[in-house]
Amino acid sequence: MRALGTITIGLLLISACEVASKLQATEIAPTERRSGFSFMSPETQAMQNDDTANPGMLWVLDGEALWNSKAGAADKACADCHGDARVTMKGTAVRYPSFDPALGRPVNLPQRINLCRARHQQAAPLSSESRDMLALDAYVAMQSRGAAIDPGGDPRLEPFIASGRALFMQRRGQLNLSCATCHDDNWNKHLAGSAITQGQPTGYPLYRLEWQSLGSLQRRLRNCMIGSRAEAYDGDAPEMVELELYLMTRARDMPLETPAVRP
Amino acid sequence: MAQALINVPKRAGRGDIIEIKTLISHVMETGYRRTAEGTVVPRNIITSFACRYNGTEVFRADLFPAIAANPFISFFAVATASGTFEFEWIGDNGFTQTAQAAITVE
Repeated sequence: MRALGTITIGLLLISACEVASKLQATEIAPTERRSGFSFMSPETQAMQNDDTANPGMLWVLDGEALWNSKAGAADKACADCHGDARVTMKGTAVRYPSFDPALGRPVNLPQRINLCRARHQQAAPLSSESRDMLALDAYVAMQSRGAAIDPGGDPRLEPFIASGRALFMQRRGQLNLSCATCHDDNWNKHLAGSAITQGQPTGYPLYRLEWQSLGSLQRRLRNCMIGSRAEAYDGDAPEMVELELYLMTRARDMPLETPAVRP
Repeated sequence: MAQALINVPKRAGRGDIIEIKTLISHVMETGYRRTAEGTVVPRNIITSFACRYNGTEVFRADLFPAIAANPFISFFAVATASGTFEFEWIGDNGFTQTAQAAITVE
Protein backbone atom coordinates (compact mmCIF):
# COMPACT_ATOMS: atom_id res chain seq x y z
CA MET A 1 0.00 0.00 0.00
CA ARG A 2 2.74 2.41 1.02
CA ALA A 3 4.65 1.76 -2.20
CA LEU A 4 1.53 2.42 -4.23
CA GLY A 5 1.01 5.71 -2.36
CA THR A 6 4.55 6.83 -3.08
CA ILE A 7 4.13 6.08 -6.77
CA THR A 8 0.88 8.04 -6.89
CA ILE A 9 2.50 11.06 -5.21
CA GLY A 10 5.40 10.73 -7.61
CA LEU A 11 3.07 10.75 -10.62
CA LEU A 12 1.20 13.74 -9.22
CA LEU A 13 4.50 15.60 -8.83
CA ILE A 14 5.53 14.79 -12.39
CA SER A 15 2.24 16.03 -13.81
CA ALA A 16 2.46 19.17 -11.64
CA CYS A 17 5.93 19.86 -13.08
CA GLU A 18 4.63 19.41 -16.61
CA VAL A 19 1.83 21.92 -16.02
CA ALA A 20 4.32 24.37 -14.48
CA SER A 21 6.74 24.10 -17.40
CA LYS A 22 3.94 24.77 -19.90
CA LEU A 23 2.90 27.89 -18.00
CA GLN A 24 6.44 29.31 -18.02
CA ALA A 25 8.87 30.32 -20.77
CA THR A 26 7.05 33.33 -22.12
CA GLU A 27 9.33 35.20 -24.47
CA ILE A 28 10.02 38.90 -23.93
CA ALA A 29 7.96 41.25 -26.10
CA PRO A 30 10.09 43.44 -28.44
CA THR A 31 8.98 46.63 -26.70
CA GLU A 32 10.01 45.30 -23.29
CA ARG A 33 13.57 44.36 -24.22
CA ARG A 34 16.25 46.03 -22.13
CA SER A 35 20.00 45.92 -22.31
CA GLY A 36 21.91 44.91 -19.19
CA PHE A 37 23.11 48.53 -19.23
CA SER A 38 19.75 49.73 -17.91
CA PHE A 39 20.03 47.49 -14.84
CA MET A 40 23.37 48.97 -13.74
CA SER A 41 24.14 51.72 -11.25
CA PRO A 42 24.64 55.26 -12.67
CA GLU A 43 28.35 55.02 -11.75
CA THR A 44 28.90 51.87 -13.82
CA GLN A 45 26.88 53.36 -16.69
CA ALA A 46 29.13 56.44 -16.62
CA MET A 47 32.19 54.18 -16.74
CA GLN A 48 30.90 52.48 -19.89
CA ASN A 49 29.96 55.76 -21.56
CA ASP A 50 33.35 57.44 -21.08
CA ASP A 51 35.95 55.97 -23.43
CA THR A 52 38.78 57.12 -21.17
CA ALA A 53 37.22 55.43 -18.12
CA ASN A 54 36.01 52.25 -19.84
CA PRO A 55 38.72 49.61 -19.27
CA GLY A 56 37.46 47.71 -22.33
CA MET A 57 39.11 50.41 -24.43
CA LEU A 58 42.52 49.09 -23.31
CA TRP A 59 41.75 45.87 -25.20
CA VAL A 60 40.47 47.86 -28.16
CA LEU A 61 43.83 49.68 -28.31
CA ASP A 62 45.67 46.35 -28.21
CA GLY A 63 43.34 45.03 -30.90
CA GLU A 64 44.13 47.96 -33.16
CA ALA A 65 47.86 47.20 -32.86
CA LEU A 66 47.24 43.50 -33.60
CA TRP A 67 45.03 44.35 -36.59
CA ASN A 68 47.98 46.13 -38.18
CA SER A 69 50.74 43.68 -37.21
CA LYS A 70 51.81 40.84 -39.50
CA ALA A 71 51.27 37.28 -38.30
CA GLY A 72 51.77 33.70 -39.45
CA ALA A 73 53.67 32.03 -42.29
CA ALA A 74 51.91 34.20 -44.88
CA ASP A 75 53.33 37.28 -43.14
CA LYS A 76 50.08 39.17 -43.55
CA ALA A 77 48.25 41.51 -41.20
CA CYS A 78 44.46 41.69 -40.96
CA ALA A 79 44.83 45.16 -42.47
CA ASP A 80 46.59 43.79 -45.59
CA CYS A 81 43.32 42.20 -46.77
CA HIS A 82 40.66 44.11 -44.86
CA GLY A 83 42.20 47.59 -44.89
CA ASP A 84 41.04 50.11 -42.34
CA ALA A 85 38.85 48.29 -39.82
CA ARG A 86 37.05 51.53 -38.99
CA VAL A 87 35.58 51.39 -42.50
CA THR A 88 35.54 47.72 -43.49
CA MET A 89 34.45 46.22 -40.17
CA LYS A 90 31.58 48.66 -39.62
CA GLY A 91 28.43 46.61 -39.13
CA THR A 92 30.24 43.26 -39.20
CA ALA A 93 29.83 42.14 -35.60
CA VAL A 94 26.06 42.69 -35.58
CA ARG A 95 25.71 39.97 -38.25
CA TYR A 96 27.50 37.25 -36.27
CA PRO A 97 27.33 34.29 -35.78
CA SER A 98 27.11 33.76 -39.53
CA PHE A 99 27.05 30.67 -41.70
CA ASP A 100 30.37 29.32 -42.97
CA PRO A 101 29.73 27.28 -46.17
CA ALA A 102 33.00 25.33 -45.91
CA LEU A 103 32.23 24.13 -42.38
CA GLY A 104 28.48 23.85 -42.98
CA ARG A 105 27.66 25.49 -39.66
CA PRO A 106 27.54 28.95 -38.08
CA VAL A 107 30.70 30.47 -36.64
CA ASN A 108 30.96 33.35 -34.17
CA LEU A 109 33.32 36.29 -34.49
CA PRO A 110 36.26 34.80 -32.55
CA GLN A 111 35.95 31.60 -34.59
CA ARG A 112 35.89 33.67 -37.79
CA ILE A 113 39.09 35.42 -36.66
CA ASN A 114 40.72 32.02 -36.13
CA LEU A 115 39.47 30.77 -39.52
CA CYS A 116 41.02 33.85 -41.11
CA ARG A 117 44.26 33.15 -39.27
CA ALA A 118 44.27 29.54 -40.49
CA ARG A 119 43.13 30.13 -44.09
CA HIS A 120 44.82 33.42 -44.97
CA GLN A 121 47.58 34.13 -42.45
CA GLN A 122 48.65 30.51 -41.88
CA ALA A 123 48.97 31.40 -38.22
CA ALA A 124 48.29 29.35 -35.10
CA PRO A 125 44.78 29.82 -33.68
CA LEU A 126 44.35 32.10 -30.69
CA SER A 127 42.74 30.47 -27.67
CA SER A 128 39.28 31.80 -26.95
CA GLU A 129 39.92 33.73 -23.70
CA SER A 130 43.44 34.87 -24.59
CA ARG A 131 44.20 38.56 -24.39
CA ASP A 132 45.02 38.74 -28.11
CA MET A 133 41.75 37.10 -29.16
CA LEU A 134 39.67 39.31 -26.85
CA ALA A 135 41.56 42.36 -28.12
CA LEU A 136 40.94 41.58 -31.81
CA ASP A 137 37.34 40.61 -31.12
CA ALA A 138 36.75 43.85 -29.18
CA TYR A 139 38.44 45.97 -31.84
CA VAL A 140 36.35 44.47 -34.65
CA ALA A 141 33.11 44.52 -32.66
CA MET A 142 33.61 48.11 -31.52
CA GLN A 143 33.42 49.27 -35.14
CA SER A 144 29.72 48.33 -35.00
CA ARG A 145 29.04 50.20 -31.76
CA GLY A 146 25.58 51.74 -31.98
CA ALA A 147 24.55 49.59 -34.94
CA ALA A 148 21.40 47.49 -34.63
CA ILE A 149 21.89 43.78 -34.05
CA ASP A 150 20.89 42.05 -37.28
CA PRO A 151 21.61 38.32 -37.36
CA GLY A 152 20.32 38.26 -40.92
CA GLY A 153 17.81 36.06 -42.65
CA ASP A 154 20.14 33.34 -43.95
CA PRO A 155 17.79 30.34 -44.27
CA ARG A 156 20.72 27.97 -43.64
CA LEU A 157 20.84 29.33 -40.06
CA GLU A 158 17.25 28.38 -39.25
CA PRO A 159 17.90 24.90 -37.82
CA PHE A 160 20.74 26.27 -35.69
CA ILE A 161 18.57 29.08 -34.31
CA ALA A 162 15.92 26.47 -33.47
CA SER A 163 18.38 24.29 -31.60
CA GLY A 164 19.78 27.38 -29.83
CA ARG A 165 16.26 28.21 -28.71
CA ALA A 166 15.76 24.64 -27.50
CA LEU A 167 19.01 24.88 -25.49
CA PHE A 168 17.81 28.18 -23.98
CA MET A 169 14.52 26.61 -22.89
CA GLN A 170 15.99 23.31 -21.71
CA ARG A 171 16.23 22.79 -17.96
CA ARG A 172 19.65 21.59 -16.85
CA GLY A 173 21.85 21.01 -13.84
CA GLN A 174 21.21 20.20 -10.21
CA LEU A 175 19.09 23.31 -9.75
CA ASN A 176 16.99 22.30 -12.77
CA LEU A 177 17.00 25.79 -14.25
CA SER A 178 16.82 26.77 -17.90
CA CYS A 179 18.15 30.08 -19.22
CA ALA A 180 14.51 31.07 -19.74
CA THR A 181 13.61 30.43 -16.09
CA CYS A 182 15.56 33.51 -15.09
CA HIS A 183 15.99 35.60 -18.22
CA ASP A 184 12.51 35.25 -19.77
CA ASP A 185 10.29 34.60 -16.76
CA ASN A 186 11.93 36.40 -13.84
CA TRP A 187 13.93 39.31 -15.21
CA ASN A 188 13.61 42.56 -13.29
CA LYS A 189 13.72 40.61 -10.01
CA HIS A 190 16.77 40.04 -7.87
CA LEU A 191 18.89 37.04 -7.04
CA ALA A 192 20.52 37.91 -3.73
CA GLY A 193 21.66 41.50 -4.33
CA SER A 194 22.11 41.21 -8.07
CA ALA A 195 19.60 42.23 -10.71
CA ILE A 196 18.36 39.44 -12.94
CA THR A 197 18.69 40.88 -16.42
CA GLN A 198 17.20 39.72 -19.67
CA GLY A 199 20.49 38.20 -20.75
CA GLN A 200 20.75 40.32 -23.90
CA PRO A 201 24.14 39.83 -25.63
CA THR A 202 24.54 43.49 -26.60
CA GLY A 203 27.99 44.34 -25.33
CA TYR A 204 30.37 41.40 -25.84
CA PRO A 205 33.23 41.09 -25.40
CA LEU A 206 32.68 43.16 -22.27
CA TYR A 207 34.59 44.28 -19.21
CA ARG A 208 33.13 42.67 -16.13
CA LEU A 209 34.18 44.31 -12.87
CA GLU A 210 33.93 40.92 -11.17
CA TRP A 211 36.43 39.45 -13.67
CA GLN A 212 38.66 42.55 -13.64
CA SER A 213 39.07 41.73 -17.29
CA LEU A 214 37.41 41.63 -20.66
CA GLY A 215 35.58 38.36 -21.32
CA SER A 216 33.57 36.70 -24.06
CA LEU A 217 29.90 35.76 -24.18
CA GLN A 218 31.02 32.12 -23.91
CA ARG A 219 32.72 32.88 -20.60
CA ARG A 220 29.51 34.50 -19.34
CA LEU A 221 27.40 31.55 -20.48
CA ARG A 222 29.77 29.14 -18.75
CA ASN A 223 29.44 31.23 -15.57
CA CYS A 224 25.67 30.91 -15.71
CA MET A 225 25.79 27.15 -16.35
CA ILE A 226 28.25 26.57 -13.50
CA GLY A 227 26.08 28.78 -11.27
CA SER A 228 23.05 26.59 -11.93
CA ARG A 229 25.24 23.55 -11.22
CA ALA A 230 25.03 22.25 -14.75
CA GLU A 231 27.92 20.86 -16.73
CA ALA A 232 29.15 23.79 -18.84
CA TYR A 233 29.91 23.40 -22.54
CA ASP A 234 33.41 24.17 -23.78
CA GLY A 235 33.79 27.72 -25.06
CA ASP A 236 34.13 26.47 -28.64
CA ALA A 237 31.36 23.85 -28.51
CA PRO A 238 28.73 24.03 -31.31
CA GLU A 239 26.04 24.38 -28.62
CA MET A 240 27.65 27.67 -27.53
CA VAL A 241 27.41 29.05 -31.08
CA GLU A 242 23.78 27.94 -31.34
CA LEU A 243 22.97 29.63 -28.04
CA GLU A 244 24.76 32.79 -29.18
CA LEU A 245 22.83 32.70 -32.45
CA TYR A 246 19.51 32.41 -30.63
CA LEU A 247 20.48 35.22 -28.23
CA MET A 248 21.38 37.49 -31.13
CA THR A 249 18.06 36.70 -32.85
CA ARG A 250 16.30 37.42 -29.57
CA ALA A 251 18.09 40.79 -29.36
CA ARG A 252 17.40 41.78 -32.98
CA ASP A 253 17.47 45.57 -33.53
CA MET A 254 19.00 46.34 -30.12
CA PRO A 255 22.12 48.55 -30.45
CA LEU A 256 25.54 46.97 -29.95
CA GLU A 257 27.52 48.46 -27.01
CA THR A 258 30.91 46.76 -27.33
CA PRO A 259 33.00 47.15 -25.25
CA ALA A 260 30.37 47.24 -22.52
CA VAL A 261 31.02 47.35 -18.77
CA ARG A 262 29.03 45.13 -16.40
CA PRO A 263 29.24 44.69 -12.61
CA MET B 1 51.22 45.33 -23.95
CA ALA B 2 50.74 47.97 -21.33
CA GLN B 3 48.66 50.85 -22.56
CA ALA B 4 47.38 53.98 -20.89
CA LEU B 5 44.37 56.15 -21.61
CA ILE B 6 44.53 59.82 -20.60
CA ASN B 7 41.75 62.39 -20.57
CA VAL B 8 42.94 65.98 -20.19
CA PRO B 9 40.86 68.84 -21.61
CA LYS B 10 42.54 70.24 -24.74
CA ARG B 11 41.70 73.83 -23.81
CA ALA B 12 40.97 75.58 -20.52
CA GLY B 13 40.68 79.11 -19.21
CA ARG B 14 43.42 80.39 -16.89
CA GLY B 15 42.57 79.44 -13.32
CA ASP B 16 39.99 76.83 -14.32
CA ILE B 17 39.76 73.67 -12.28
CA ILE B 18 40.13 70.76 -14.70
CA GLU B 19 39.52 67.06 -14.18
CA ILE B 20 42.21 64.66 -15.31
CA LYS B 21 41.40 60.98 -15.78
CA THR B 22 43.91 58.20 -16.28
CA LEU B 23 43.44 54.51 -16.92
CA ILE B 24 46.24 51.98 -17.28
CA SER B 25 46.33 48.35 -18.26
CA HIS B 26 47.83 46.29 -15.42
CA VAL B 27 46.96 42.96 -13.77
CA MET B 28 47.55 44.22 -10.18
CA GLU B 29 48.29 40.71 -8.93
CA THR B 30 48.06 40.93 -5.12
CA GLY B 31 50.68 38.37 -4.13
CA TYR B 32 48.16 36.73 -1.79
CA ARG B 33 46.57 34.36 -4.30
CA ARG B 34 47.66 30.77 -4.81
CA THR B 35 47.50 28.51 -7.85
CA ALA B 36 45.60 25.20 -7.81
CA GLU B 37 48.93 23.57 -6.84
CA GLY B 38 49.27 25.83 -3.79
CA THR B 39 52.18 27.97 -4.94
CA VAL B 40 51.88 31.69 -4.32
CA VAL B 41 51.38 33.85 -7.39
CA PRO B 42 54.08 36.51 -6.99
CA ARG B 43 53.01 40.06 -6.34
CA ASN B 44 52.93 42.25 -9.46
CA ILE B 45 51.38 45.66 -8.84
CA ILE B 46 51.89 49.29 -9.72
CA THR B 47 53.40 50.91 -6.64
CA SER B 48 53.36 54.58 -7.53
CA PHE B 49 51.80 57.07 -9.87
CA ALA B 50 52.85 60.67 -10.41
CA CYS B 51 51.69 63.56 -12.57
CA ARG B 52 53.89 66.54 -13.49
CA TYR B 53 52.52 69.75 -14.96
CA ASN B 54 55.24 71.58 -16.92
CA GLY B 55 57.85 69.79 -14.81
CA THR B 56 56.23 70.45 -11.41
CA GLU B 57 54.71 67.52 -9.59
CA VAL B 58 51.01 68.22 -8.98
CA PHE B 59 49.74 64.79 -7.97
CA ARG B 60 51.22 61.61 -6.55
CA ALA B 61 49.65 58.36 -5.35
CA ASP B 62 50.98 55.16 -3.79
CA LEU B 63 49.18 51.99 -4.85
CA PHE B 64 48.72 48.83 -2.78
CA PRO B 65 47.62 45.22 -3.39
CA ALA B 66 43.94 45.88 -2.62
CA ILE B 67 43.58 48.05 -5.74
CA ALA B 68 41.76 46.35 -8.62
CA ALA B 69 43.25 45.54 -12.01
CA ASN B 70 43.56 48.33 -14.58
CA PRO B 71 43.73 51.20 -12.05
CA PHE B 72 41.64 54.26 -12.88
CA ILE B 73 42.93 57.42 -11.20
CA SER B 74 41.13 60.73 -11.51
CA PHE B 75 42.06 64.03 -9.89
CA PHE B 76 41.77 67.78 -10.32
CA ALA B 77 44.32 70.45 -11.17
CA VAL B 78 44.26 74.21 -11.74
CA ALA B 79 45.09 75.24 -15.30
CA THR B 80 47.79 77.87 -14.91
CA ALA B 81 49.75 77.82 -18.18
CA SER B 82 49.84 76.07 -21.54
CA GLY B 83 52.11 73.06 -21.64
CA THR B 84 52.13 69.34 -20.98
CA PHE B 85 51.03 66.96 -18.31
CA GLU B 86 53.42 64.04 -17.89
CA PHE B 87 52.25 60.86 -16.23
CA GLU B 88 54.41 58.08 -14.84
CA TRP B 89 53.48 54.72 -13.38
CA ILE B 90 56.12 52.62 -11.60
CA GLY B 91 55.59 49.05 -10.45
CA ASP B 92 57.03 45.67 -9.53
CA ASN B 93 59.45 43.80 -11.82
CA GLY B 94 60.80 47.02 -13.25
CA PHE B 95 57.45 48.13 -14.68
CA THR B 96 57.36 51.69 -15.95
CA GLN B 97 54.95 53.44 -18.24
CA THR B 98 54.81 57.08 -19.22
CA ALA B 99 52.28 59.18 -21.09
CA GLN B 100 51.83 62.82 -22.01
CA ALA B 101 48.98 65.16 -22.77
CA ALA B 102 49.08 68.75 -23.99
CA ILE B 103 46.86 71.58 -22.79
CA THR B 104 46.30 75.10 -24.13
CA VAL B 105 45.43 77.68 -21.50
CA GLU B 106 43.85 80.92 -22.68
